Amino acid sequence: MNADERALVIEPLGETVLLLRFGDDIHNALNVRVHAAAALLRAVELPGIVDLVPAYATLALHYAPEIWIGHHNTPWRHLADAVRAVFATPPADAAPPTPALVEIPVCYGGDDGPDLAEVAHHCALRTDEVIAHHAAATYTVAMLGFAPGFPYLLGLDTRLHTPRRATPRTRVTAGSVAIGGAQTGIYPAELPGGWHLIGRTPLTLFDATLDPPCLLAAGDRVRFHAIDRADFDALARPHAR
Amino acid sequence: MSVHVLKPGLLTTLQDRGRPGYAALGVGTAGAMDEVALRLANALVGNAEDAAALEITLSGPRLRFAAAATIALTGAHFNATLDGRPLAAWRPQHVAAGSVFDGGPARRGTLAYLAVAGGFLSESVLGSRSSDLNAHIGPRALRTGDELTIDNASQHAAHRRSTWSLDPRPWFDPDRARPIRLIRGTHFAALDHASQDTLFAAPFRISTQSNRVGFRLDGPHLALAAPLELISEAVTAGTVQLPPGGQPIVLMAEHPTTGGYPRIAHVAAIDRPRLAQRRPGDTLTFAEIELDDAQTRYLERERELVRLIAAIRKRQA
Repeated sequence: MNADERALVIEPLGETVLLLRFGDDIHNALNVRVHAAAALLRAVELPGIVDLVPAYATLALHYAPEIWIGHHNTPWRHLADAVRAVFATPPADAAPPTPALVEIPVCYGGDDGPDLAEVAHHCALRTDEVIAHHAAATYTVAMLGFAPGFPYLLGLDTRLHTPRRATPRTRVTAGSVAIGGAQTGIYPAELPGGWHLIGRTPLTLFDATLDPPCLLAAGDRVRFHAIDRADFDALARPHAR
Repeated sequence: MSVHVLKPGLLTTLQDRGRPGYAALGVGTAGAMDEVALRLANALVGNAEDAAALEITLSGPRLRFAAAATIALTGAHFNATLDGRPLAAWRPQHVAAGSVFDGGPARRGTLAYLAVAGGFLSESVLGSRSSDLNAHIGPRALRTGDELTIDNASQHAAHRRSTWSLDPRPWFDPDRARPIRLIRGTHFAALDHASQDTLFAAPFRISTQSNRVGFRLDGPHLALAAPLELISEAVTAGTVQLPPGGQPIVLMAEHPTTGGYPRIAHVAAIDRPRLAQRRPGDTLTFAEIELDDAQTRYLERERELVRLIAAIRKRQA
C-alpha cells in the first residue's frame, strides 16, 4: 500500500486536540499529504479550529470543544466526523499554495560549524564535499517545533546522514545549521541541542516582535549557499531577514 | 498608575490566557498555569477574562501601589497582607494610594493570581502580555525595583465596598489525596502490563526538577513492552510523556509544541488547574477517566464558570 492509499487515522490528544495520522515515518510523500491536508482544512474553514500544526506524518487540530457540542456525540467525535467528511469529498479548489523558496546564507566550518570535520570524518568525505552536498539540495520545511521557529528540513543527501552527538550541548549558538541523523535544521535561538553543528547563518529565524515572526513556514522550500566570514558579518545585523 | 516591586517573590510573572494560534510556528500557548483562578481574579475586579494578572509562586512579592486601586487575589491560599493586615482573598479589595501588598508564603497550593482593575500592562507580543519563560517571549519574571503599569483608562468601578466573597471550594481544591484523572494516550497500550497497572495504582512524587514547562514524576519506573521508534508530532498541555528513563513527564503551560516521546496519557482538562496547584515533593495518584466523560465534565465546568463570571459582573453593574 502506498502512502496515498492509507486510511486516515484520527487520534484524540486530550479534550482539545485531534491528531490526524497519515503514517509513522519520515518521508517526503507523507509530509506532502500533511501539508495538503492542512491547506484543505484551512480552505474549508471548519468552525472552532484554533490551530493546525503540521508535523512529519501528522496534522494536529487544536479546537474549542464548546463549538462542537453535538446532540448525540461528544465534541471530539462530532469534529472527527466532520473532518472525515471533508476528506471524503474535498473541494476541487483546495490545492496547496505554491511553496515559497527561501535562500539561506551559511558560513560553514570554523567556529560557526565546530562539528564539520567530525561529520566529514563520519561520512568519509572531505569538508568541502560536505559543504557542497549540503548546499546542493533543495529542502522542504517538514514542520516547525522543538522551539519557536525551529525548522525540521527534509531532503538531506543520504551521504551526509550522521547520528546525533552522544552528549548534547547545553548551549547551541543561535543561527547554527546542524545535522541530526537524516535531518538538517537551524537553531533559531540559543538552545540546548544534540545535532552536529556544520555552519551558521546570520539570518534571524524567529523574532516574536516581527510580522511574520518566522522566516520559514511549514511547507516552504529552502536552499543553502556558502558565504565567508566577511559576508556573515556584513549580513549579521539585528533582525536580518 | 504604577506598582513598585519592593520584593519579587520566588517566581512572579505576568500571565494571561497565553498565545493560542501560533503552535504551527513552534510557539506554545503558555499563559496561566491555573487558568480558572486567573479568570476569576479578573472577573472580581471587573476586567476582561484575558487581562494580564500576576501569577505568584509559593512565596509572594511585596508591591507598593502608587495610587488607589482595586485588586483581587485568587488561587492558592497565601498569608497575604495589605499594610500588615490580613488580606481576604476571592473578593474585590480597595487599595489606598501608597499601600503595600505582601503576598507572604503559600499555605495551601502553589499559585495565586493577583488581578488589578484595568489590568497590568506590558507590550503585547503575538497577542499576549504573558511571560513564556522557556521560549523567551514576553516580559521576564519580576525583579526588585521593577515598575508595573496599570491601565488607568479602563479602571472599572468594581470597588464599591463589597461585603461578599466567592466560595473558592469549587475552583481551588487543596485536597492532595484526591487522584488526578488521566485519559489513556495513544501509546498507553504500548506499556507493558505491569506498567499499565502501576500508572493507575502507584503513588508518584512531583520532582524538584519541575517548572512551568513540565512536572517530572519520581516513583516507579514505567516501561514499554517493546521499544518504539517515534517521530516528532504535536503534544499539548496535560500530555504525559514517557522518556526512555521510565519517569513520566506531565507537560504544563510552557511545553514545547511537538515531542517525540511516547504519549501514555493526558491529564483531564478539569484536573489541570488542580495539578498546577500541587508542589514539588507532593505525592499524587492517578485515576482513569474516559475521554467522552472528561470532555463532558470540562464543558459542564466551563458553563458553570461562565455563569459565575456573568453573576459577578451583574453585581458590579
